[in-house]
Amino acid sequence: MDTQRQLVDRLRSTFRSGITIPEQFRQTQLTMLMSMIQDNEEQILNALHKDLAKPKFEAIMSEIDIVINELHYAIANLTSWMKPEYAGTNLATKLDDCSVRREPLGVVLIIGPWNYPLQLLIVPLIGAIAAGNCAVIKPSEVSSATDSLMAELIPKYLSQDCYAVVSGGAEETKALVQNRFDHIFYTGSQTVARSILRAASDHLTPVTLELGGKCPCLIYGKVNMASAAQRLVWSKYFNAGQSCVAPDYVLCSQATRDALLPALRQTLEDFYSKDPQTCPDVSRIVSPQHWTRLMELLARSRGKVVVGGEGNQEDKYIAPTVVVDVAEDDALMEEEIFGPILPIITAESLQEGIDFVNRKEKPLALYVFSEESSVRTRDSGPGFLLTFFFWAGELHTTIVNAVLEKTSSGGFCSNDGIVHMTLPTLPFGGVGASGCGSYHGRWSFETFSHRRAVMLRGWALERLNSLRYPPYSEQKLSWLRWTTSAKSSCSLM
Amino acid sequence: MDLLNYPKARCCPRPVCMERQAVKRAREAFLSGRTRPLEFRLQQLHALQRMLTEKETEISTALKQDINRSQYDTPLLEVIGIENEIKLATEKLAEWAAPRPVERNLLTISDEVYIQPEPLGVVLIIGAWNYPWALTLLPLVGAIAAGNAAVVKPSELSEFSSLLLRALLPRYLDKDLYPVVTGGVSETQELLKLRFDHVFYTGSGTVGKVVMEAAARHLTPVTLELGGKSPCYIDKDCDIRVACRRITWGKFVNCGQTCIAPDFILCEPCIQGQVVDRIRQTLLEFYGADPKCSPDYGRIINQRHFIRIMGLMEGYTPVVGGQSDASQRYIAPTVLKDVPPHSRMMQEEIFGPLLPIVAVSDMDDAIRFINEREKPLALYIFCSDKKATKRMIEETSSGGVTVNDVMMHYTLSSLPFGGVGQSGMGRYHGKHTFDQLSHQRACLVRSLGMESVNLARYPPQDRRRARRVRMALKSPMVDMSKRTFIWAVVATIISFALFITLLVILLIASGLNCTCWYWRGFYN
Repeated sequence: MDTQRQLVDRLRSTFRSGITIPEQFRQTQLTMLMSMIQDNEEQILNALHKDLAKPKFEAIMSEIDIVINELHYAIANLTSWMKPEYAGTNLATKLDDCSVRREPLGVVLIIGPWNYPLQLLIVPLIGAIAAGNCAVIKPSEVSSATDSLMAELIPKYLSQDCYAVVSGGAEETKALVQNRFDHIFYTGSQTVARSILRAASDHLTPVTLELGGKCPCLIYGKVNMASAAQRLVWSKYFNAGQSCVAPDYVLCSQATRDALLPALRQTLEDFYSKDPQTCPDVSRIVSPQHWTRLMELLARSRGKVVVGGEGNQEDKYIAPTVVVDVAEDDALMEEEIFGPILPIITAESLQEGIDFVNRKEKPLALYVFSEESSVRTRDSGPGFLLTFFFWAGELHTTIVNAVLEKTSSGGFCSNDGIVHMTLPTLPFGGVGASGCGSYHGRWSFETFSHRRAVMLRGWALERLNSLRYPPYSEQKLSWLRWTTSAKSSCSLM
Repeated sequence: MDLLNYPKARCCPRPVCMERQAVKRAREAFLSGRTRPLEFRLQQLHALQRMLTEKETEISTALKQDINRSQYDTPLLEVIGIENEIKLATEKLAEWAAPRPVERNLLTISDEVYIQPEPLGVVLIIGAWNYPWALTLLPLVGAIAAGNAAVVKPSELSEFSSLLLRALLPRYLDKDLYPVVTGGVSETQELLKLRFDHVFYTGSGTVGKVVMEAAARHLTPVTLELGGKSPCYIDKDCDIRVACRRITWGKFVNCGQTCIAPDFILCEPCIQGQVVDRIRQTLLEFYGADPKCSPDYGRIINQRHFIRIMGLMEGYTPVVGGQSDASQRYIAPTVLKDVPPHSRMMQEEIFGPLLPIVAVSDMDDAIRFINEREKPLALYIFCSDKKATKRMIEETSSGGVTVNDVMMHYTLSSLPFGGVGQSGMGRYHGKHTFDQLSHQRACLVRSLGMESVNLARYPPQDRRRARRVRMALKSPMVDMSKRTFIWAVVATIISFALFITLLVILLIASGLNCTCWYWRGFYN
């Protein structure tokens, strides 16, 4: 059994041997990873159920399918991703071959969280493999069933020389990050992220941090309450609220709140029946500690519980809960809730809501429910014609536009929740306290690659070069200025 | 709070207040939203351009005092570069800042899906002393273009440039948004205690670690442009004369104090003599018999570095140069032959006008030598064999590569410039600076309509619904594999052929009544 240090050294010497570089190797590993998921779907679903009581549907949609989609996407596009990207040349470099190569970094470390223990561990791994790296994979010990399953399956399907799973708790992780890696990919909490960044700075290791935060959900203007409630409930209580992009709290006016509550109640009943504890589509809290944390938050809150509020410690169950009259300094607003409790905060106007959001740290995701939107981009396809109808200059006053312009967040989704992270063409990541770096699709490949600029020059035109050599003269300088004053031209330092 | 009655005695020491105040003002100015409109950013960039044009003489003088930079080197090495970046940014700003649409899937087919570049907030730019204007203002151009506020901290080692920048910048740019903070180590440490949205540092690896660690406290992302020993491999079958001219230029410009200067040469022993001769000849051509008298040859920045570089040479006899004058901080362009890999000179980045030549037996040996060491900021390969060059590039890693020349990959703004491993993280130049100092916000703008589509994903769940959702989320939407492509092409050809056949049959069937002259001709 390797010690951690020996393991990292072993993987590094494998990387140096160059076997992870050829495209064929990477494709094979990705295909094997696909087989691993497909062959063991039942086992994976069972493990997820054991850890989080994850309903089969949720597990398939949010874990298995996302991973399979990413694998398909990577396998289909790997060839084009690996190709050198030709760079535009300027006057001085017209005859040169200028390109950007994507090269693997070396040995990377991927630390997964417990809330989507398969997806958030394997999707970065896809990027790492596609980019040609070796990887140390550290699943979260909190989702212990998935942790053991990954430790068992990954060595069976992937090359053991290149990819290793390390299990363990906080102490082991702390020790692991003291080793030198070429990139660290961490999904989890801000506190741990700080210590990982500090450890990484000793080796000047670049880090991608996928953290969390309190994702606000603003509801203003004209809203179809029934649809909004359905989407809000679905994204909030999916995985019992234990998603980094779950809407953490709602901001709306009193009137909207009064219209929203019955819609929420109705939707909750439609989705989870009158007794959610017996409903197979309701997940559980991952551990007794998190259950206690959530129940304590609820107890300390000075808001009024209008839906749910019950919990069962043995079952790690908390009912889908809605709390109103929550103030800005309430217990529920201290930290990311990460549970099935939805506080509704009253902010009468949109501006108040925006100001509230801006007083807090930049979240991982920001949601707005409003029918007043006229955001149009170039090449918007079917929306293009509609642009003419909205050309009346109303664009700047719409609610969705206002929120987009006046706030910042990792990602943004209007009139829905979570789904923006299911598209592999959108970069998924945070900003500020919610993280740095991004991944999914091509972005995962780029995260684990080094973009190396390559300029291949010829031997000819040495006379032109002599313009830059000493002894300097006014004439040489004016020639150089002339040649470099062209559009998008070169510089000589 | 009644400021007039605020007890004076409790006020913090002045220098500390200054940094905090500057950052606070910059943040307030950023939050006011005035950097958002593109017109404002363009106006600031044009003002920066004016500053460079109007104050070129003053900048030249400051550089002469700092580092004995010749009056031609200033525009060559600093000003032209910054001007080109400003030109590019002003031309392309609208394009860079526009939303970038991305491909959708079935679920999002009628939605707006795009990436919106947004400013990060307040950026800290810590410049270096070797190119005090370029390495401070190039990141600033990107920061302004991306809509950020920026606190600029030029290096105290290039004292005159740093003071001049502090005097000039507020006269041309928005005083609150882009403050210049001068000072030494303690001022930098104070700055690093404060919270920024990005820290852009150019300098040494040792300080880079300190910067990253300080930034870690606030979870602030960093761009580190560090250094390293950039190797320069000369193949025995290349045009050694031209190679040596180019290397000599790159090595001795700015007296070797360039992060991407070729640090040392790797070549086979049989050409070492030739290389030395060619470099000697080129040096004569560039700087004359006595480089000390040449107006085009620089000086070492300060005594500490002078002593450090002289110390590296200790115990070795140079084959070219070796003279020095401590009073002027002058070190002659120096070349050393047969330098052993374990010597002090080969353990740290030289950053001075010493050029060691290390003998290697062949290209493979050179590759092995390079890979045993940390990834450098730049790799230079002089070789006429394209295949061999390609192999060397593929079997090594570095921030960037220039083949058959030195440093030129820095000059093309379409190429990302940055290090890897110990030579740094992140990249900039041109659009890359803009992207580095922006947040790429993923945006999905949906409508509340078409809720029936969404019903499939809601509980209570059953298998049929699950299948529908799986279908909608499938990515890519269309299977682009070769097999499908071939099938699609074949199917198209067959159906086209069938269609033509049907058409012909129909025409023949009704063609007897057709008055078309073609058919009449056909039947005659």
